[in-house]
Amino acid sequence: MAAEILVEGVCYQYPQSSEMALKDVNLRIKKGEFIAIIGPNGSGKSTLAKLFNGLFVPTKGRITVDGLDTRDKENIWKIRQKAGIVFQNPDNQIVATVVEEDVAFGPENLGVPPDEIRKRVDEALEIVELKEYAQKPPHLLSGGQKQRVAIAGIIAMRPDYIIMDEPTAMLDPVGRKEVISTVKRLNKEEGKTIVLITHFMEEAVEADKVIVMSEGRVVMEGTPREIFSKVGKLKAIGLDVPQVTELAHRLRGQGLAIREDVLTIDEMVECLCPLL
Amino acid sequence: MSIVVKNLTHIYMPGTPFESVALMDVNWIIEDGEFWGLIGHTGSGKSTLIQHLNGLLKPTSGEIIVDGVNINERGVNLREIRQKVGLVFQYPEHQLFEETVEKDVAFGPKNLGLPEDEVTERVREALDLVGLKYDEIKERSPFELSGGQMRRVAIAGVLAMRPKVLILDEPTVGLDPRGRDEILGQIVRLRERQNITVILVSHSMEDIAKIVDKIAVMHRGRMVESGTPKQVFKNREALASIGLDIPQVTHLMIKLKDKGKNVATDVFTVEEAEAEILRAARGMGHA
Amino acid sequence: MREITIGQYIPGNSAIHRLDPRTKIIITFAFMVLLFVIDDFAGYAFPIIFIAIASLLSGISVKYMLRGLRPLIVIIMLTFVLNLFMVKGRVIYEVGPLNVTYEGLYQGAFMVLRLVLLIVGTSLLTLTTSPITLTDGIESLLKPFSKVGVPAHELAMMMTIALRFIPTLMEETDKIMKAQMARGADFSSGNMVKRAQSLVPLLVPLFISAFRRADDLAMAMESRCYRGGENRTRMKTLKMTRGDVFAFVATGFLAAGCLASRFLW
Repeated sequence: MAAEILVEGVCYQYPQSSEMALKDVNLRIKKGEFIAIIGPNGSGKSTLAKLFNGLFVPTKGRITVDGLDTRDKENIWKIRQKAGIVFQNPDNQIVATVVEEDVAFGPENLGVPPDEIRKRVDEALEIVELKEYAQKPPHLLSGGQKQRVAIAGIIAMRPDYIIMDEPTAMLDPVGRKEVISTVKRLNKEEGKTIVLITHFMEEAVEADKVIVMSEGRVVMEGTPREIFSKVGKLKAIGLDVPQVTELAHRLRGQGLAIREDVLTIDEMVECLCPLL
Repeated sequence: MSIVVKNLTHIYMPGTPFESVALMDVNWIIEDGEFWGLIGHTGSGKSTLIQHLNGLLKPTSGEIIVDGVNINERGVNLREIRQKVGLVFQYPEHQLFEETVEKDVAFGPKNLGLPEDEVTERVREALDLVGLKYDEIKERSPFELSGGQMRRVAIAGVLAMRPKVLILDEPTVGLDPRGRDEILGQIVRLRERQNITVILVSHSMEDIAKIVDKIAVMHRGRMVESGTPKQVFKNREALASIGLDIPQVTHLMIKLKDKGKNVATDVFTVEEAEAEILRAARGMGHA
Repeated sequence: MREITIGQYIPGNSAIHRLDPRTKIIITFAFMVLLFVIDDFAGYAFPIIFIAIASLLSGISVKYMLRGLRPLIVIIMLTFVLNLFMVKGRVIYEVGPLNVTYEGLYQGAFMVLRLVLLIVGTSLLTLTTSPITLTDGIESLLKPFSKVGVPAHELAMMMTIALRFIPTLMEETDKIMKAQMARGADFSSGNMVKRAQSLVPLLVPLFISAFRRADDLAMAMESRCYRGGENRTRMKTLKMTRGDVFAFVATGFLAAGCLASRFLW
């Protein structure tokens, strides 16, 4: 049985809609990877997120999680335990009135014994660095903290894959940094497979692989360096690149000898120093 | 029209265990026609501050003077102040409630008691200002529009009041890069066309540095910086210490300068950086 | 609003706070029933002593609990006045066509004391039990009835979600209200009809938002494998301890006292 999420020829159409939201999407997400999916609003990236664990089922094609088909109702709870989703709005995914109770919600649904839940909840809160907030009511937390509670709630279910559907879209820069550093740690230290859906390019830069979606299709796939060097193509889709990457692109156009794939300020300083 | 904020302090729930100081001795002068960026983290007091400018919140102490009038004095018509000082909240699309776009945008002007034809005229103008076609959109339900369109309709709802000062709280939050650039572009054009004073509240230095004349920085209830972007970004360390980033290109130029390169550091946009680096490189015979 | 102590929870770790919520719910019910058993003033000595001890153990003063009576003062006064004039008997004082009787005075005072004890007793439950624990207690007590169709788990889940979203929706109400006021809306003047109409721009966005949140939450819950109460475990299981036994014994004494005061004296 393959340890991966496999998306094969997937199309999806919303019930009231006349148009396909996803058109023939093919992807392979291997265990342990950190993948970023970027694309403008309406490109189908959030729809795709909900297909990964069977909240939506494909209109055409199929998705398998570790070999389990999401269309098969028998598999659905197993799949949702393996692949958890963190959603965009932190307020609308917290169920309980106390932080630790909310983290316990998933394992409780799985029928895990009480002592084991306690252990998992403590561990999960440790990982997201919210141990001291265990007894707090969620509405007193900041956006970034709430989002980390949501992440802890998923971790406590012991999933292999964590899908994040624009988890930082509604946060301020501080909250965004908190969440992204948690996500990186989950991947590097806990070995979780991460699928991060975002439209902040500086977040996608952190991933092993970037997938670009536009109008329901996957239009580019590669390492952050490969993707962001294609400044013109990204801009045409309606996406951004980091300021320094764009600057490098423009300066090359003016005939300066600078690498195409500059991603950080320090790389840019290195490139420019011999020229100035 | 000018707004003067004098020694403004605001304390939430004074005298209870929940008491908290939201604003502490804030002084701010907004001259007629200026374009301000107001920056700070969540909880820095910027939302509390702007809600004072149209009288939605009352100061614990201090004064707000709009066009020479202290708005918290007895007998001041707050509805008139709210017409002059338009405030667009975060996620303004959440306030839409009417069956049609036209009715929703007309809500403000109707509250002002304007005659029917004047209301229609203003709705048409406001929708036009946010880049929507009145004839195409007026009969549609605001709830079947796209997220970006809903937001523009909501902004039009405030513009239809014909404010002299327009305050926008995070107008681009949650939008994708294209949606963000469209809204920011419209604000710039709007200001040019209507010649109004604008205050743009934002988390993002990169977004506002390129369009505003002046920046005010809030931190823990105090206004810690105010001035032109050039003046404010000079205190890079101070900004970094409160966790606010300066634009990437500005940061780049400062690093180059630190390496002994002859470049200007008052650069906020990619275009400006390009021009400045080309100038320096040409000086060295590289381009 | 801050005056209302009924339904408010005061965090703490007293003997009363630590009691199993089921114990507290059952005892509160027993207490309410026993109040109606008592038929003379002397009998009230037992519940008064009971409350005094409980208050002492909980660390919440009787004075604080009595503050919870303030919003209900009208009902209490009304109870007194109605009894005062309606009960027939030996006349003490005449006010126009109405007679104040000795029996009325007695009955009025008696009813008011019963009402006060009723309110203080129930507020002791809510003051020492967090809403979430209370919900757990209710769920657990109703569970045996789920076989006859009482949706115990669903009721508890609804209560939890309601509690969770009250602060969020209050914040939202404030925001939308201010946003409409910035467009010249007026929520505070005009006659009843005008005021009701002025609520439309507030209520429509609130409902839309509540539905959107409900939609999101349902999806998030499903994604976290929620499928109703079946096969569900809980992190915190309710356990009766020695304290609960003491509480029931004390309630036994209370019951014995109340019943004795009615049937033996």
